[in-house]
Amino acid sequence: MEFFVQLLVNGLSIGFLYALSALGFVMIFKSSSVLNFAHGELLAIGAFFFLILAASAKVPIVLCFALTLLGCFALGFIIERLFLRPLIGEALIQVIMLTVGLAAMFKGLMLFIFGGNFFKYPSFLPAALSVTWGMINVPSAYVASFIIGLFFLGLFGFFFKYSSQGIYMRAVADHQTAALSLGVHVRRVFALSWAIAAVVCAVSGIVLGIMHGVNVHELSSIGLKVFPVVILGGLDSIGGAIVGGIIIGLLETFTGGYISGSLGEVIPYIILVFILLIKPYGLFGSVEIERV
Amino acid sequence: MRKLKFRPCGNFKERYEQDIAIFETDFGRVWVWVGLVLLLSSVPFIAGSYTLYIINSIGIAAIAAIGLNILIGYTGQISLGHAAFFGVGAYAAAILATKMGFPFWLSVLAAGGIAALVGMIFGIPSVRLKHLYLCIATLAGQFIIEYVLMNWEGLTNGPAGIILPRATLFGLDISGDQSFFWVVFVCLALMCWMAVNLIRSRYGRAFIAIRDNDLAAEGMGIPIFRYKLLSFGISSFYAGFAGGLWAYYTTSITPEPFTIFLSIQYIAMIIIGGLASIPGSVFGAIFIIILNETLSRITEYIMNTGILSGIALTVAPLREFVFGLAIVLFLIFEPRGLAEVWRVVRSSFRLWPFSY
Amino acid sequence: MKKDILLQINNISVVYSDVIQILKGVSLAIGEKQIVSLLGSNGAGKTTTLRAISGLLKPENGAVTEGTIEYEGRSIQNAPPETITRLGIIQVLEGRPPFEHLTVEENLRVGTAARSGRFSKQDLDLVYHYFPPLLARKRSLAGYCSGGELQMLAIGRALMAKPRLLLLDEPSLGLAPLLVKEIFEIVGRINKEQGTTIVVVEQNASMALQLAHYGYVMENGKIVMEGAASELRENPDVKEFYLGIASSGTLKTYKDVKAYKRRKRWL
Repeated sequence: MEFFVQLLVNGLSIGFLYALSALGFVMIFKSSSVLNFAHGELLAIGAFFFLILAASAKVPIVLCFALTLLGCFALGFIIERLFLRPLIGEALIQVIMLTVGLAAMFKGLMLFIFGGNFFKYPSFLPAALSVTWGMINVPSAYVASFIIGLFFLGLFGFFFKYSSQGIYMRAVADHQTAALSLGVHVRRVFALSWAIAAVVCAVSGIVLGIMHGVNVHELSSIGLKVFPVVILGGLDSIGGAIVGGIIIGLLETFTGGYISGSLGEVIPYIILVFILLIKPYGLFGSVEIERV
Repeated sequence: MRKLKFRPCGNFKERYEQDIAIFETDFGRVWVWVGLVLLLSSVPFIAGSYTLYIINSIGIAAIAAIGLNILIGYTGQISLGHAAFFGVGAYAAAILATKMGFPFWLSVLAAGGIAALVGMIFGIPSVRLKHLYLCIATLAGQFIIEYVLMNWEGLTNGPAGIILPRATLFGLDISGDQSFFWVVFVCLALMCWMAVNLIRSRYGRAFIAIRDNDLAAEGMGIPIFRYKLLSFGISSFYAGFAGGLWAYYTTSITPEPFTIFLSIQYIAMIIIGGLASIPGSVFGAIFIIILNETLSRITEYIMNTGILSGIALTVAPLREFVFGLAIVLFLIFEPRGLAEVWRVVRSSFRLWPFSY
Repeated sequence: MKKDILLQINNISVVYSDVIQILKGVSLAIGEKQIVSLLGSNGAGKTTTLRAISGLLKPENGAVTEGTIEYEGRSIQNAPPETITRLGIIQVLEGRPPFEHLTVEENLRVGTAARSGRFSKQDLDLVYHYFPPLLARKRSLAGYCSGGELQMLAIGRALMAKPRLLLLDEPSLGLAPLLVKEIFEIVGRINKEQGTTIVVVEQNASMALQLAHYGYVMENGKIVMEGAASELRENPDVKEFYLGIASSGTLKTYKDVKAYKRRKRWL
């Protein structure tokens, strides 16, 4: 029973992390319909940026956080400007391939600089954050990820539903020319969505780093984990990303805990195929309305 | 003897047959034959064994890339699981050869057939899935097959892999680089010929119709699900066939190479080569394989020279970086790929000195 | 006849993909607070003219290569659409593409982008005042609206930008005749009540000429005829070939059409 509850807690917190990192992904997809394969690398960049500031430069933690977010905001902007903008109007697969190329570039560069080793952040979370019930212990990093996840979730839900920029982003995703004709600054919307996505990535990268340590391979493989998460929830739904993340997290830890670890790695994909056969747009994705 | 055709200076096609002809001029047809004969008769004697190894890898990759191009470039169904189907083919050939004692030609063909079947199974989600969702479903296929190859020890021997018998054809030993060259390139030529003719048949036209607008295609009476499955099947057949050849060529296989990274390399091949272009797939395979080999040679060289031995390990990732950079630059500067570059170069020769 | 000129197009040429010339020297003048209609057969260059004005040529890989477009004395040819919409020129696209996954009200909010996103209840009420069906559907997804509702939505979205110059591209496309009449009436009211200058591109010439004050007829990327709408309505050529009323009351043969084309060359 205790094993079960411990798995449940682990699964939930991992799921929450997946959900959090899926947010940035959904962000880019919602505004520009780009499937970002460089997602895991963006996570890693955020995490390492924080690492340099916190461990090597010894900047105060709050400032580290602020600087990382700022840096990643700028980075997202630059990525969009340099790489994505020339491809506006090209076919979907070419844009996908571009992000694949970017992923390889970033990963190679980071491995070149940092190597494949594990790094640890200096611990800074207050121990009071951790929760203990009897034998079950929830470490403070998990609690922090939960709080940060909820916060960003609310923020983005609000952003897309009520703020003008959020509505413009969805409008651009639906019909670019129509958005242009109404004076939506489409290029700015793209740039903004990449910038915000990079920030979200940085946040989830840092939280992941606090939980498991920082490693290029680990973090960039999370980028592929994000796919079943977002597809399960529906590519353009934020609430769906959360539910998807939690389902995948639970599935993974339970199969890993009760059957075998390597099966735990593929079980999300097997479930994914079946869910897609039944609900082609995921559990919460908006149905594509097609007319010839 | 009929008159040789030369390229007219305008569009004078009067019949549909002229429009779908593979060679616009007899000159082109002659050139292809001459090129093929030259390739088959000279290269294996000139090239050293390392060069031959690269050329053979290119040939095998090109077969798989043509298959992927049929699926992505012509039918518009993005697949991220091509390496898995390639792996299925390799394993199928290995298992058939070792456990059932199939001869080379039969096990390679059967490898194609089995991969086609597996490909069609993973193509089933395409009934209801489109674009990105399908892309992810095939990604799932990639991971599932990878898992099966790694963990079904009874059949695949797990991480230890399988060692194949030497390949023989009509009683001749063909496992050497030189003799395998002929096998690979005759197969490649046949596969190209099949693909080119497939595309101009009703099946090919149905594929293209589905790519351009599947709802409209359905409205025109094309049973799109059947054609999508067919496209998955054909594409995986190519992959499986190439996988079978590759298994015989390397003589021992493990599940390691058939990862998502290989799938991505195949997509890179057809994008850099040119989507919806058969010669493009070949160009792409040439480009990617040579890029890979050059990069690993360079990193090897840097590692071996004593100067940089201290940071030797950290130079290797630069290979991945350059690979990514090549893809990015290609997409930004020539999104239609090498096939387009080739066309431009050719037509500027043809039209010189007046460029129109 | 025409009062203050709001928009003046001087002899523009538009080329797509660097080779395909669509407009070959088009000049127009659009008076303030007028409704001007642009008639012509398919491929005459009407939509291209509108796109040239609104800056939407670029997504189609087109550009104004010669001539100028002056809006209140300021030349705006080849300016990006963000700039042009902020000057108060809004185009309603042909085929009225909605933002399918947004609700009707959110669609309308996108219309305020040209005013940097400032919007108020009054603006929405104004749109609902002109297009009551939208009010009933304001919470439903635009993707599920009918064609007529979509057209209203498209015009309503443009109205949210408080345009001074509204460019309507084939508002009647694929709509029932009664609905077309209703929409044209509303467009007329918007012109009168809001003082919005409107350019209508139409296939439905009789409808457009009833509504408009002034009209231009385009053929093959050129303006072949212009005049007050009332004059155009009486013009025998327009009558024959756009309104479908033969002067002698008999059907016209292909030979006559050719004769007309020959005659037109002199215009």
